[in-house]
Amino acid sequence: MSGANDPYDPKQVAALSAEALDDAVTEAQKAFAAAGDLEALAAVRPAHLGDRAPVLLARRELGALPPAARSDAGKRVNAARVAVTGAYEARRAELEAERDARVLAEERVDVTLPWDRTPRGARHPLTTLTERIADVFVGMGYEVADGPELEAEWLNFDALNIGRDHPARTMMDTFFVAPEDSGLVLRTHTSPVQARTMLSRTPPIYVVAPGRVYRTDELDATHTPVFHQVEGLAVDRGLSMAHLRGTLDHVARILFGAEAVTRWRPSYFPFTEPSAEVDVWFPEHRDGPRWVEWGGCGMVNPRVLVACGVDPEEYSGFAFGLGIERALQFRSGVGDMRDIVEGDVRFTSAFGVEQ
Amino acid sequence: MRVPIGWLAEHVDLPGGIAVEELDNAFVRLGLEVEAVHRPEEVTGPLVVGRVLEIEELTGFKKPIRFCQVDAGEGEPRGIVCGARNFAVGDAVVVALPGAVLPGGFEIASRKTYDRVSDGMICSVRELGIGEDHAGILVLGDDAPEPGTPARPVVGLDDVVIELAVTPDRGYCLSMRGIAREMGTGLGVDWRDPGALTPPAWSGEPAWQVTVADADRCDRFSMIALEGLDPTAPTPWEIRRRLAQSGVRSISLAVDVTNYVMLELGQPMHAFDRDAVTGPIVVRRARAGERLTTLDGADRALDADDLLITDDTGPIGLAAVMGGASTEIGDGTTNVLLEAAHWEPTGVARTARRHRLPSEAAKRFERGVDPEMTMVALARAAALLAEHGGARVVGTPVDVDTRGPRPTIPLDADRPGRVAGVPYPPAQVVELLAQVGCAVDGEGAPLTVTPPSWRPDLTDPADLVEEVVRLAGYDDVPSVLPTAPPGRGLTETQRRRRVIGRTLAEAGYVEAPSYPFVGTAGLDALMLAADDPRREVVLVRNPLSEEEPALRTTLLPGLLATLHRNLSRGQRDVALFEHGAVFPGGERRPAPLPGVDRRPDDETLAALLGAVPVQPWHVAVALAGNREPRGWWGPGRPAVWADAVQAARRVAAATGVELTVRAGERAPWHPGRCAELSVDGRVVGHAGALHPRVCAALDLPARTSVMELDVDALPAAPVPVGPAVSAFPPVLLDLALVVRDEVPAAEVDAAVRDGAGELLESLRLFDVYSGPPVPAGSRSLAYALTLRAPDRTLTSEEATVVRDAAVATAAERTGAELRG
Repeated sequence: MSGANDPYDPKQVAALSAEALDDAVTEAQKAFAAAGDLEALAAVRPAHLGDRAPVLLARRELGALPPAARSDAGKRVNAARVAVTGAYEARRAELEAERDARVLAEERVDVTLPWDRTPRGARHPLTTLTERIADVFVGMGYEVADGPELEAEWLNFDALNIGRDHPARTMMDTFFVAPEDSGLVLRTHTSPVQARTMLSRTPPIYVVAPGRVYRTDELDATHTPVFHQVEGLAVDRGLSMAHLRGTLDHVARILFGAEAVTRWRPSYFPFTEPSAEVDVWFPEHRDGPRWVEWGGCGMVNPRVLVACGVDPEEYSGFAFGLGIERALQFRSGVGDMRDIVEGDVRFTSAFGVEQ
Repeated sequence: MRVPIGWLAEHVDLPGGIAVEELDNAFVRLGLEVEAVHRPEEVTGPLVVGRVLEIEELTGFKKPIRFCQVDAGEGEPRGIVCGARNFAVGDAVVVALPGAVLPGGFEIASRKTYDRVSDGMICSVRELGIGEDHAGILVLGDDAPEPGTPARPVVGLDDVVIELAVTPDRGYCLSMRGIAREMGTGLGVDWRDPGALTPPAWSGEPAWQVTVADADRCDRFSMIALEGLDPTAPTPWEIRRRLAQSGVRSISLAVDVTNYVMLELGQPMHAFDRDAVTGPIVVRRARAGERLTTLDGADRALDADDLLITDDTGPIGLAAVMGGASTEIGDGTTNVLLEAAHWEPTGVARTARRHRLPSEAAKRFERGVDPEMTMVALARAAALLAEHGGARVVGTPVDVDTRGPRPTIPLDADRPGRVAGVPYPPAQVVELLAQVGCAVDGEGAPLTVTPPSWRPDLTDPADLVEEVVRLAGYDDVPSVLPTAPPGRGLTETQRRRRVIGRTLAEAGYVEAPSYPFVGTAGLDALMLAADDPRREVVLVRNPLSEEEPALRTTLLPGLLATLHRNLSRGQRDVALFEHGAVFPGGERRPAPLPGVDRRPDDETLAALLGAVPVQPWHVAVALAGNREPRGWWGPGRPAVWADAVQAARRVAAATGVELTVRAGERAPWHPGRCAELSVDGRVVGHAGALHPRVCAALDLPARTSVMELDVDALPAAPVPVGPAVSAFPPVLLDLALVVRDEVPAAEVDAAVRDGAGELLESLRLFDVYSGPPVPAGSRSLAYALTLRAPDRTLTSEEATVVRDAAVATAAERTGAELRG
């Protein structure tokens, strides 16, 4: 091969001829096509794109040409180089795709294999359902009030118009606490939170009070001595039973579906008057659509307002107590109360963290 | 209250063909909850009234047997064998003819027995499935219909009984009289008041000498005397049948009549054997040391608050609750004193509760009885005893009546509408109150309403409002959603409780709330010392179980019981949590019981609220088996003490608080594997493995681990301050320090942090090693440090300075040596 300082002799500069360049391109294309994998391709690359490859050597010869010939020859050389490079890149892309396809195929795994290395926990459905109910009320502007489970007898009974010798008091199946004059009971309902709230705040009052309550029932498929209620209380100017119904209907629709409505049956609670038992129409009941007992409600008895320092001539109120266990039983089709209270992980796990 | 529909129909013109379901609905709309509907048992085939024509006594068998000729209305009498002896020729009986099927699938056929062909069966009450009486066959009264008349309606086999749950305000509904009024009103049909009866004008000497010494507790006491009662006279079937349907046992004519009249009119009565009463009757409170043997045979010590009926011998009855044995109607009683009185309800309630005697009489008096009924009931009973027992009234009745005028209630005519949200016209309000039985003076405003004598529960305007809305129908109340003022959302405490639950659930724990009852055995199993404060419990006076009479002071007994239950049901890897209130015991002042006519004054209210013990909210976890399960990835990882500690850290971190952990010692934990958890120097809980003996006592797997934390003791977390995040590159370096075994890692950790200073971004202990070449009694703690400056790229010289400082501080505080 000739160096840059060699004298110019067009005949000797055969490397710049169109034929030579075409040959070089063809050779390169053949060699690249013949390379079966990326390694083979890399091996043949220097011969066609390396420093001593024909198209690159040809380029060096350009300087030996007279300026008039240089332009044409330069274009030819460049075109040849682009063709070789293109052929190389195309082949490389092809081989890379082939390799990737092969390697990725080899790396295939069974994606159905389990990976439950950290077992799933769960919150109890009573907890999550209680929160869900509370959240509905919070969304309406209510606040969540709490009260103690071991409660003053006066707040559990007297303040709620359940006098010492009232038959309703003996019907409450109360757990009493020693000593006899302690004045304490395990609260039989969440209603004492009503009294606490009215004693500590001034109207307007809109609160819900979820919590655990106690009655001396033996545990069986439908009863539990320790259960949960959500108490609601609204005290404001001009509240009526219509507002109570509107509130309960709203909650029922959110919890039990758009078709849910409530039905009232006249009843008696000393702390509300008028009083009603609330049934809810539950279309999704596992035994078919039906009315299901849900809780009690009524207008706050003016005597309760008086005992709690609220002027019954200025304010009226409504209150309700809804059973959480009962709502859980029919909402989730739980047939046996014991499943709710026994803490079997198989039961609770089915409800997950957020129900 | 059990309501036989046939009896109800006697007083109410029930629409023809009304279905039981319609009655059921009507009761519910009126606020009378239907607890059960009792339908008679199925009897098919021919069942007729028969009349006994002849009785042939058969002998020579193991027991006396009768062969009877019975007119069953067929022309020819039938021969029927019968083993009972309580009937005579001429008696009307119930005959099941061949082809009849009695309850229990008992088929009647003509068959040969005791050498005779028995062509049917004379039935007892029990055989008909209408009661328990099987002492003899059922003998119908003289008013029985003709032989051959179908007997099903006669014996009540077509009569449905509806059992109602009567709320405590509706005492008047514990009688057919009250039910008839409600049903007549509810169905809008005619009805007749069985109490609308005018007693006859008796004449003569007063029946007995009576003094009421406590008019506050007894404002009406009425009594009549009867003579000539036939003690052998049976109670007519009609009364026995209704008593049986009502769930009342038949005893004797006199007693049955008083019970029957009580069911009909709601007025409890008592019958004394007049010949056993000595001297004048005095109604008074009990005196110290007095005793009374009541009809149930119990000898009772009386309380000074008990109201008594007494004679010269002392107490002869516990007023309103139960009579005394000494004056009980016996087999030979022919002369009777019948008493009907009106007693003050709360006193009755106290006596009934004190003596645990929730009698039918007490139940009614507690809930309120119509004081107008005493004389009516006596007249009704006297008439029945005359008709069925030949008794006649002697002398004039005693009627000590000290009642005051009935109070009136002012009522704004628009008040029911305001309360219900339904605009009732004033005329409707007046009409509905009149249906209740109120006298309404509608002349002025407000209305002046006098409730009827049988509604002592109606005392306030609110009571009248309820009656109006109830009778107008709750279904009329529209549905209107009120607008509450803006709320403040959940409190920090409420948010905290929620996040704790979610955190533990996300960490793999399953929430398991348990009953908060504990017993000494449960606390013993935890190896609590005798003076452990957790043994200071609040005791329940009437526990469900004598084994668990106290309220929990720790969540662990309940949680570990739940863990055990799960393990015994075949679970192997269980991680549980519970959070809830605990109830510390200890001395405290009794909670006051202020009045309810106004808000308690601030001092009383403070005392009241202060007497309610603080009930801290705890959280606890318990783990057994594998924390991470065995899988195709490799072996499982057993749950250990560290999981319990980590659960506590996670809980605290979720609430924005960092726990300080150090070695602790506390039951029921393993003394070498117990972490004491504290915040700002205050101990808030413990975590670790259970003591092996506790595991054994509770039948739990070895190394079961638990944590319990007082959530309320965790301080409120401040609002977090967002850190400035440096974009400069970190310097990562590792550090292995050799320390004596007894040096807690937490101390080394703290020393390294303090020594490294502000350039330390994070510190992580990634290895703990003991064994050669680390000297025995020591271990190597390997830390990964990330250093970073907020404003520059650290140089290796700077990193070395930090590292040396960390090592120096660790060496100084813990004796740590850099591992070569």
